[in-house]
Amino acid sequence: MSVRPPASGDAARVVRRGLVLSTVALVGVAAVYLLALLYAPIEARQGLAQKIFYVHVPAAWSALLAFSLVGLASALYLWLHDPRLDRFAAASAEVGVAFSAVMLTSGPIWAKPIWGTWWTWDARLTLTLFLFFLFVGYLSLRAAVHDPGERARFSAVVGILGMLLVPFIHLSVYLFRTLHPQPIVLKPSAPSLPPEMLRTLLLSTVVFTLLYLGFVTTRYGLALADEAREDEAHAP
Amino acid sequence: MPRSIRLSLAIAAKDLRAELRSKTALLSALVFAALVLVVFNFARDPTVLAVTDLAPSVLWVTFALAAMVAMNRAFTVERENSAFDGLLLAPVPREALFLGKLLANLVFVGTVELVTLPLFVLFFNMSLWPQLPGVLAVTALATIGFVAVGTIFSAMAVRTRFAELMLPVLLLPFMVPPLIGAVQVTSRLLAERPLSEMWGWLRLLALYDVVFVTLCTLAFTAVVDE
Repeated sequence: MSVRPPASGDAARVVRRGLVLSTVALVGVAAVYLLALLYAPIEARQGLAQKIFYVHVPAAWSALLAFSLVGLASALYLWLHDPRLDRFAAASAEVGVAFSAVMLTSGPIWAKPIWGTWWTWDARLTLTLFLFFLFVGYLSLRAAVHDPGERARFSAVVGILGMLLVPFIHLSVYLFRTLHPQPIVLKPSAPSLPPEMLRTLLLSTVVFTLLYLGFVTTRYGLALADEAREDEAHAP
Repeated sequence: MPRSIRLSLAIAAKDLRAELRSKTALLSALVFAALVLVVFNFARDPTVLAVTDLAPSVLWVTFALAAMVAMNRAFTVERENSAFDGLLLAPVPREALFLGKLLANLVFVGTVELVTLPLFVLFFNMSLWPQLPGVLAVTALATIGFVAVGTIFSAMAVRTRFAELMLPVLLLPFMVPPLIGAVQVTSRLLAERPLSEMWGWLRLLALYDVVFVTLCTLAFTAVVDE
């Protein structure tokens, strides 16, 4: 299948669109911070530490969204061989790693005062940590393969296998936990949220999804620009 | 015997024959496994930690590391004189090619594990006879799954710039479910727990094998064909 090489004008337009989206989303993030601090009430038992919830949960949402879409795009790529799918998967994986870094750093900051420990091998924590490693591996594989076609096929295979690995990691960590009960961690049961908290969280989720879209669009445009530059370099 | 199975066996036989003639990879993998066991022995304070508490983890970490070293070999040997291009030109279905490579890897990794096991018994002063059939069974069950993933990843890794580093980075997350399962079953075997306590883990290991052997066999064509 021959695909028209992307022109650099296209790339600039996509990057611009991505930057506009990201800027809007970043303004939204500032609004979420203000709402979280001024509008949402202070949680009775956790105090101010609970405020991290408005960043942590949406970041986790965006990271999981990013990784699921990598798996989906990988499967579709092996079927359709459309380079756009590969470019999207790469962009989504990179942005997903960034969001999961936010999730994995904001989590312990909250857990230290609330659980009394930075880290615990709870099923969800372990799963997200391995997802992070999986996609760091995915990105380093992409960086280490030179040929674009080969890179796309290899990373699609890793993307698909990774998607199937997730339930296995979840299941084994879950079995591990239930058969070996660990010291009970001080963990508040999910409180029913007051409407102010819920609204802030929902807005934050929308904003983080927008941020994901903005980042992925920007990254996609940059990949286009990269390809256009390489084509120019190889043109006789 | 169906043609594709015959072809897989022929490819596996070719790999093993080549290995038996030089024996370098096998010997290095064995020495490596023995060294890991020795290092572990010094990492443990025998007055604090009972050997049975640590033994299953030591055994499986050693197996995992040795398997990783061993699996790097499968496709690096094909790089010389572009041997792999010749193999791809042969009228062999890609699935049969993958299964042949997988089979050779399994024999190779299995040999390393079989030699490591007595060393482990020796160094850690264990008595393993009553549990031996169980330990061998769970070793086979866990090994099949991660060697399947390792075989397809080593076919990719060999085409990258940092082949020796790329395989562990990609493969270790995939080794987690089989390793957790194998360690759990092994420690229950050593503690002489009833089979019912291991059943969930054994099913998980078997499911992993089925899913990943099938998937890797099907995905292999995407790795080798343009």
